[in-house]
Amino acid sequence: MEKDNLEALDKNFQDKVDREIKIEPKDYMPDAYRKTLIRQISQHAHSEIVGQLPEANWVTRAPNLRRKAVLLAKIQDEAGHGLYLYSAVETLGADREDTIDDLHSGKAKYSSIFNYPTLTWADMGMVGWLVDGAAIMNQVPLCRCSYGPYARAMVRVCKEESFHQRQGFEIVTQLARGTQVQKEMAQESLNRWWWPSLMMFGPNDAESTHTAQSMAWKIKRNTNDELRQMFVDATVPQAELIGLKIPDKDLKFNEETGHYDFGEIDWDEFWQVVKGYGPCNDERVAARKKAKEDGMWVREAANVYAEKRARRNKKVS
Amino acid sequence: MSKKEWPLWEVFIRSKQGLSHKHAGSLRAPDEEMAINNARDVYTRRSEGVSIWVVESKNVVASDPSEAGPMFEPANSKIYRHPTFYEVPEGIKHM
Repeated sequence: MEKDNLEALDKNFQDKVDREIKIEPKDYMPDAYRKTLIRQISQHAHSEIVGQLPEANWVTRAPNLRRKAVLLAKIQDEAGHGLYLYSAVETLGADREDTIDDLHSGKAKYSSIFNYPTLTWADMGMVGWLVDGAAIMNQVPLCRCSYGPYARAMVRVCKEESFHQRQGFEIVTQLARGTQVQKEMAQESLNRWWWPSLMMFGPNDAESTHTAQSMAWKIKRNTNDELRQMFVDATVPQAELIGLKIPDKDLKFNEETGHYDFGEIDWDEFWQVVKGYGPCNDERVAARKKAKEDGMWVREAANVYAEKRARRNKKVS
Repeated sequence: MSKKEWPLWEVFIRSKQGLSHKHAGSLRAPDEEMAINNARDVYTRRSEGVSIWVVESKNVVASDPSEAGPMFEPANSKIYRHPTFYEVPEGIKHM
């Protein structure tokens, strides 16, 4: 009886998803769907928060006040994106602080791209142009995700990300049109960021274990390889236009398919970084832990102040 | 470590004078004053609002989605509540 009931609920759920009816927090959803979303949305939130760190590295050294104001606004946006997403994950019944503790213990991952260091000012441009560009490619289809709160958060995020990508491209363009030294700085930065940016789309479809189920649930709308191809097709002409060279000897436009063919990604490097052995993994997690611990007294004091005020208001009334 | 978390607040934003407040999302804050301040920073960084309401989430009472069928069924059969239900003779204007 119970089993039949559950089957009927599952069928009804999939039927709604198939008909493009959004799933909202209190609606029935299979446990595996809930778990997948909690994992994906919390890791997405962590990526936004950890993503602030490589950029924070350049706030005090931005070349002028305009660049500094823009960088600060962008970093503030990343914090905002993290907050939208933590709120979305809470609608699934997950505890916000538990998900953050999972990040700190290493149980939860975040986008591997943020484990690479930002060594030059050109990296601020490259992060906006390539990293945010790849993120937009991933996030635009998520605006149509079957889970309502995630989809709505993504609409806000995507609107804001397009400023991030443009400001990055502006930095890169200006360097590419600058002195010889500036041009070299831009090229060297592109050489370092190109391949990790392509890795942001995840393993090849044949290796990706979650893709089929996520597509059936309409959490995901495109496969990793489809999104990666879209990113390459969009980005290569942009690089050509500003006179930078994509560091891939196999990159070639294929007249037959209408797409760019590109070289093999170094998957050993990808898995090394995912498993925690990238250049900055330890540093990033340590910075997040320190932020939580150092901010603890502020959060506690705010609680005490709120209680005191509530008591005082009660007395007055 | 203190386990007591800041309460959850639902945020409603009026995007401009003349429109109603609309649900924008939620956030955590220790009290109503900081909830408003945080809501400004999280949800109106690009002039999305002229007014903010915050309501502690635990005070929101919601209808049960699994009861949505019977709950809203009475309206479904009453198509005569819509103007398109009625026939208006050809040539009638301003109606």
